[in-house]
Amino acid sequence: MTTADALYTIKLTVNGQPLEAQVPARRTLVDFLRYNLDMTGTKEACSVGVCGACTVLIDGEIAASCITLAVQADGTNITTIEGVANGEELHPIQQSFIDHGGFQCGICTSGQIVAAKSLLDGNPSPTEDEVKEWMIGNLCRCTGYYQIMESILKAVK
Amino acid sequence: MRDFIYHAPTTIEEAISILEEHGEDARPIAGGTAMVNLMKQNMVLADHLVGLGKLPGLRGVSQTNGLLHVGALTRHREVELSTEVKTHSPLLAEAYSKVATVRVRNMATVGGGLTHADPAQDPPPTLMVLDAHVVLTSSKGTRELPVNDLFVDYYESALEPGELLTELVVPSAPQGAKTVYLKFLPRTADDYATVSVAALATVENGVCQEIRVALGAVAPKPIRATAVEDALRGQSVTPEAIRAAAEAVADQVDPLTDFRGSDDYKRDMAVVFTRRALEQVFSL
Repeated sequence: MTTADALYTIKLTVNGQPLEAQVPARRTLVDFLRYNLDMTGTKEACSVGVCGACTVLIDGEIAASCITLAVQADGTNITTIEGVANGEELHPIQQSFIDHGGFQCGICTSGQIVAAKSLLDGNPSPTEDEVKEWMIGNLCRCTGYYQIMESILKAVK
Repeated sequence: MRDFIYHAPTTIEEAISILEEHGEDARPIAGGTAMVNLMKQNMVLADHLVGLGKLPGLRGVSQTNGLLHVGALTRHREVELSTEVKTHSPLLAEAYSKVATVRVRNMATVGGGLTHADPAQDPPPTLMVLDAHVVLTSSKGTRELPVNDLFVDYYESALEPGELLTELVVPSAPQGAKTVYLKFLPRTADDYATVSVAALATVENGVCQEIRVALGAVAPKPIRATAVEDALRGQSVTPEAIRAAAEAVADQVDPLTDFRGSDDYKRDMAVVFTRRALEQVFSL
């Protein structure tokens, strides 16, 4: 008889690395990344799927890891901020955030970059309006939106 | 979040049997955008969650005999981007594109969104004016239910315990019909509507033939504005007639005062946005 505190085996790929883990049903994907895998690049802020800080790619699409259960991610392919750079070489969006001051406190930055990377993966030269529409779901409490926009738009060029 | 038992059935029959076995103690979960939040906030205290993600055959869009079939596990984003949906029912693609953010639309499923029965969601008013229905599956077989009858109260759908919403079916709009969906968003672009209105109309020789109007976010469930429809059907379409008909919605709505506005404000905005929707479908 399964009890409510049982552990569940999940198999998934994180940043290209296949792995298997044991998790309680109530563990969220963001907690799984941070506490089971010690991958603390993904941040949790609002915890209700609104702010975008916890954005990761699930099977290539942006998703909120704070309202995804780890057991739901069984069989999926996850990309986190740790998987965006190519080894020591930063992704052009990461470099652009540095060059154009796309962050202040930094809490939202992982989510901003993962979301922006996903946009550019599917649409390599978005218009400013398309960037705004896409990034609506990534909030910056420092309100550094002009620099975030600039960082993304400059990474396009 | 408290502990619970997670089930990952691989067939619809298995999912239904688990839901039947545990009754009120079990809830289905698909995209999770609603359910995980409800569980986190202890607003749902389920001992069992039945993950639907591995059920086959419930994701995707197809057409038969002019009807658009949308599988319950189809993501909001997939409906928004589907060429088939855009061609068959552009109003529907637009409504799904208005939900929250890309991130949420990638996760949230059509079936999950509808059974969540949040009265402020975008798709229901458009589905109501398109006369869509859903297919509900249980151990007794399947039954069809008009979307007009799917919603019962705040966050309460007409699904019986052990029933799963498996498909959404949308007929084409009548020949020559004009449609519109207006979402009043005075706060942020990713917000729920403060008031939303969907309308569909056909006109012949200046006389209103078919007229369907539905509103979201202004009552315990999305509503058909029958008083507005009755005031216009068979009548000559004039700016005065539209203005008068839109006023009739004020008595049909029952909004809540919240941080998006007072009940009086929302009632006024229901009239304003109903009028604007009518002006658009009648090209006035």
